[in-house]
Amino acid sequence: MKILVCIKQVPDMESRFKPAASGVWYDESDLAWRMNEYDEYAVEQAVQLREQLGEGCELTVLSIGPDRVGEAIKKALAMGCDRGVHVQDDAAATKDPWQIAAIIAAYAKDQGYDLIFTGMQSQDRGSAQVGVTVAEDLGYACATTLVGFAYDNGTVTAKRELEGGIKGVVKLTTPALVTCQLGLNVPRYPTLPNIMKAKKKEIQSIPVSELLKEEPLAATVSFHPPAKKGGGIVLEGEVGALVDQLMGILKEKTTVLR
Amino acid sequence: MKALLIGEYREGKLLESSYELFGFAQQLGAETALLLVGSDSQLPAFGGTLYLADANQCGEYNPDLHKQLVLDAVQKENPDYVVFLHSSYGWDLAPRVAAKLKVAQVSEAIGLTDGGFEVGCCNAKMRRTVKPTTAKAVITIQAGAFPGLQPGGTPQVQKITASVESNVSFSGYEPAEAKDVDLTRAEVIVTAGRGVGKKENVPVIAALAKALGGELGASRPVVDAGWVEHSHQVGTTGQTVSPKLYIACGVSGAIQHLAGMKKSDFIVAINKDKDAPIGEVADVLVVADVLQFVPALTAKM
Repeated sequence: MKILVCIKQVPDMESRFKPAASGVWYDESDLAWRMNEYDEYAVEQAVQLREQLGEGCELTVLSIGPDRVGEAIKKALAMGCDRGVHVQDDAAATKDPWQIAAIIAAYAKDQGYDLIFTGMQSQDRGSAQVGVTVAEDLGYACATTLVGFAYDNGTVTAKRELEGGIKGVVKLTTPALVTCQLGLNVPRYPTLPNIMKAKKKEIQSIPVSELLKEEPLAATVSFHPPAKKGGGIVLEGEVGALVDQLMGILKEKTTVLR
Repeated sequence: MKALLIGEYREGKLLESSYELFGFAQQLGAETALLLVGSDSQLPAFGGTLYLADANQCGEYNPDLHKQLVLDAVQKENPDYVVFLHSSYGWDLAPRVAAKLKVAQVSEAIGLTDGGFEVGCCNAKMRRTVKPTTAKAVITIQAGAFPGLQPGGTPQVQKITASVESNVSFSGYEPAEAKDVDLTRAEVIVTAGRGVGKKENVPVIAALAKALGGELGASRPVVDAGWVEHSHQVGTTGQTVSPKLYIACGVSGAIQHLAGMKKSDFIVAINKDKDAPIGEVADVLVVADVLQFVPALTAKM
């Protein structure tokens, strides 16, 4: 059985984002990078399945981007993936979801993966398109937004998260691709021995030009902060003074303090 | 300009949110046709063409078949835009349709600007303007971003059906977990977000809730991490609340959270990050460490 998990490296979302000189994406300087949170759940689920199936199962982790994404791949290897694929692309951030999906599909199409895991979306772009588009490109069965996953003998039983806390139960026959929602599992922290072991695992490097033949279908023309709506008061300063200020406001504007 | 709108139907009911598609189409200035996998016993209030498939026959979740229904309607209508809600149904189906048509998809549009679509990014802290470069495009719209609009009238129904091979089958719904806390009745809710740091710090937030005679709420990451039970979760997949006072402690303000609390009468956010999106809906944003500020506030109650 062959499993693929696709991950993205994104900035820490508590960062301050400022437009890059191009004006269409963020400036990458001074950002701390980490694995996209949704993808941590995808990696964990793939590793759990790898453990369930044991010998004869191979789990590959793939990421697209510049050299820095090697760190995210190493983390996935330390979590339990067997081997890594790094699609080298310094301009990955300028590609649209159609192109990113095309790169993954071009890599995966002759590899015979039974199951592909992705995050439901990335924290920075948030298009929620790439996973489903890969499935369409490959002709795989697909379900999105998983908060439950079980695999038995070629059948995935997935629980999809719907609005209002309802879940939809769906069965998929492999080959299949699933996109993972937050809370699907509890992603593990890599242990020191596993981090050391991961250093010996293979990371294959592939230039993006070998995989990408598609033109973009959409263009980002601007990246900017939201228009300030006004009205809201921002309080800054020393804690004691802030508490007094807030108490004053609550007494004046609400009826809950009396 | 023409838009094919894809309505939603769940557990035997037309979803009210489907009317937001018409609100979007109106801003776009587009003529509309609607496609719905639903029932002829519950027709939407819309006087135009309705492509109607029977949910009993086609299933409420059957993405390969629904994709074919949409593709067939696209062929008949030749729309400029195919529009979905950015929902568990829409974000699942839209990319399948866009891929088969090989057209651009713009996800979770919140507004229109200058020939492009405004979308959120970086956890809703920033915005992008996206322009499709293809003649047609698939758009998903953010829940609540466009006003619901009932065009009125009785639709001209065109019954549609399709049959396709699929390796995806729907087994049924699982109901939401029983709620032992009814946040919808609380006058005050004090919510713990990821910024509280760890489970051991949750009592600090709960103490403020108690001092105010209110209930403890929680954001999604706090529930996922097991710090607070799901019954306290505020947001799209938890409870939608509108108390007199909502205090968000260390909550960044993901869209799904904001959708569940932005109708509160008065909103206070306490956050170290001055740019956190929660600031967009807060009446007061206190820029402070929750673990220093909240105990000091509780002591004054």
